[in-house]
Amino acid sequence: MAFDISVLQKDLSEKVGAKLEFTRAFGDDVVSFPKEKLLPMMTHLKERHGFQFMLDICGVDYPNRAKRFDFVYHLYAPSSKGRLRLKTQVGETETIESLTPVYRGANWFEREAFDMFGIRFAGHPNLRKILTHDDFVGHPLRKDYPADRQQHTDRVQPIWFEPSQGSDSHPDKSLVPINIGPSHPATHGTLRIMGELDGEIVKRLNVEIGYLHRCFEKMAETHFYNQIIPYTDRLNYCSAPMNNVGFCKTVERMMGVDIPPKAKAMRIVLSELSRVIDHLVCIGTNCVDLGALTIFWYIFEQRERVYTMFEKLCGARLTVALTRVGGMAYDNPSGWEQECLETVKGIRKCIDELDQLLTENKIFIKRTLGVGKISAEDAIDFGFTGPCLRASGVNLDLRKAQPYYGYDQLDFDVPIGTNGDLYDRYLVRMEEMRQSLKIIEQVCKNMPAGDYTIRDKNIVLPEKKDVWGNIEGLMNHFMLVIKGIRPPVGEIYDSTEAANGELGFYLVSDGGPRPYRLKVRPPCFAIYQAFPYMMQGQYVADVIATLGSLNIVAGELDR
Amino acid sequence: MSQQTASPVEIQMNGPDIQQMLDTSVLTTRADKFIAWGRKNSLWPLPFGTACCGIEFMSVVGPRYDVARFGAEVVRFSPRQSDFLLVAGTITEKMGPILKLIYEQMLEPKWVLAMGACASSGGFYRAYHVMQGADKIIPVDVYVPGCPPTPEAVIDGIMKIQELIASGRRRPVQR
Ligand code: SF4
Repeated sequence: MAFDISVLQKDLSEKVGAKLEFTRAFGDDVVSFPKEKLLPMMTHLKERHGFQFMLDICGVDYPNRAKRFDFVYHLYAPSSKGRLRLKTQVGETETIESLTPVYRGANWFEREAFDMFGIRFAGHPNLRKILTHDDFVGHPLRKDYPADRQQHTDRVQPIWFEPSQGSDSHPDKSLVPINIGPSHPATHGTLRIMGELDGEIVKRLNVEIGYLHRCFEKMAETHFYNQIIPYTDRLNYCSAPMNNVGFCKTVERMMGVDIPPKAKAMRIVLSELSRVIDHLVCIGTNCVDLGALTIFWYIFEQRERVYTMFEKLCGARLTVALTRVGGMAYDNPSGWEQECLETVKGIRKCIDELDQLLTENKIFIKRTLGVGKISAEDAIDFGFTGPCLRASGVNLDLRKAQPYYGYDQLDFDVPIGTNGDLYDRYLVRMEEMRQSLKIIEQVCKNMPAGDYTIRDKNIVLPEKKDVWGNIEGLMNHFMLVIKGIRPPVGEIYDSTEAANGELGFYLVSDGGPRPYRLKVRPPCFAIYQAFPYMMQGQYVADVIATLGSLNIVAGELDR
Repeated sequence: MSQQTASPVEIQMNGPDIQQMLDTSVLTTRADKFIAWGRKNSLWPLPFGTACCGIEFMSVVGPRYDVARFGAEVVRFSPRQSDFLLVAGTITEKMGPILKLIYEQMLEPKWVLAMGACASSGGFYRAYHVMQGADKIIPVDVYVPGCPPTPEAVIDGIMKIQELIASGRRRPVQR
């Protein structure tokens, strides 16, 4: 059943009545609604129209408007592949109903909106700050908060639990409190886990995030479009090129730019290489958590080889900033594809070895089988995407569901798990890497000829030889640097399948050289909020193992 | 303290009357030097990896760059067991008190290396939640530029720390 907005329009208007406004923005379907209708409408959409995924919630600030904030929801219906953006206006002193009774995954997104904009949610189970520290006064994403005004703190919050986890938010005196992180080898990043143990069993568990909140979204509002690309690198820094691709694709779609075939092919190759190293790092560090250090050393050699490939393209290893709006930043050096094929061979051998070492390893199976389970329903409810969702048995991969850059012409499969446990997540990642290698081989063997970027003087900088060699090139260069790229007025949401799941960018443009608002939909943000729920009643050792298998990357989580 | 090019020990050792000097303060200085030699070749780093630089630090430890060649491969996550704090990554305001706590728990003598633009100065995050350099709250001995620095640069920074230890010089900035 394909998605049909007119059917939905008729039905929604009948059911919810009152003042719904249907529009289209750059191909996205948008519904504006009065905020009182939020819960009945969302419930109806979820139950009757298959909008099972609540992907993102965010605010947008218009300080000069009577009702200051726009509130934006993004929904996705996997059965009909329909996407919907719902918008409502909220005044500065007003409250809006919390969406948590309908979608559990709304919890953290609403906390973030509260933190960033000061919007209040009625009926939210635990409306407290999430990203900024506790002494932080004000709401940084409001337009009147200066981007560079820092506020210091000397305090670290003691262990706390959510109200839904019991009436006392402090640890129980008769149990053992445990605090892991935010600087701890087992968390691979700035994550903080707070727990309460009865022997080895976790009674309650909670997490605190925001230790790496680097204000990506505020930085995006204060920089030109092409200057934002390096910032995107640092979202999921384990697979930086994928973030570049996701961001540029969003801007390009907004500007109606179709990039040349070679750029598309290169973006696929880079994305898949990144997916492989991201999964490798995930499995490698996860094995360290389980006490298998050898795997880590093995794997890192392969990662270095991929970095060498990146280095040959742009000189950087980790934070590559390889794409530009309009195509790629550079052309490939000759013979790069051939070397890439060689690298793929090496990685495949490594994966086979890994397979032999781990897949039927008794100890590994004992540590992972049935551990850290999450059911498909729960996973969807929390907004899981990517390998963690597929391990629970849901077949959703944007490369298949809404193919971009010609993924539909490539031959690859999407592995699906059954149990949603640690072992399945491992198996899914292993197979995904193999499929990615297959994709890379197909593309590298048929790398399209031609230019690596479009040549529109209002979008892409001229080549250096023209800048230095003729007056026209110099002028174009000057104008673009001074004026910047200017997408049309409007808003757009676009997403790609990144290593951890759906990486979305919601971009609002006022026609200027900087985004008016750029919201990232980070895949692990949704995943991580399920973690306390998943670990209830489990062994504390499994907490560490499960955390590793979810592949939470702090840069993307906290932005 | 002014910088001396040749160490006092060597000058005296080349002098004529060794026995006389041994009776004075030479032995203590030699012991210092000996200890410094041991220290610089067995640094126990605490990698305070918060962000992308932390990932690149993994490469420094990993098989290709192999920091073991410089005697600094025994990474310790307990501040009590390490004498070399490697701040790798962005320090946010929320992280500040934690970094300070960790530094204070480390035993003397200790050295600090700021890896990358963020740890050195806040990097390109001139932003409301990012501390503009780790040296806002703790002393730093060596700054390694880069975003992230290449593993070679980090190793170079570690060698600078080794020089610092060997020379007995104090850190450039005291807070
Ligand atoms: S210096 Fe660059 S690479 Fe290092 S943590 Fe900062 S942003 Fe990341």
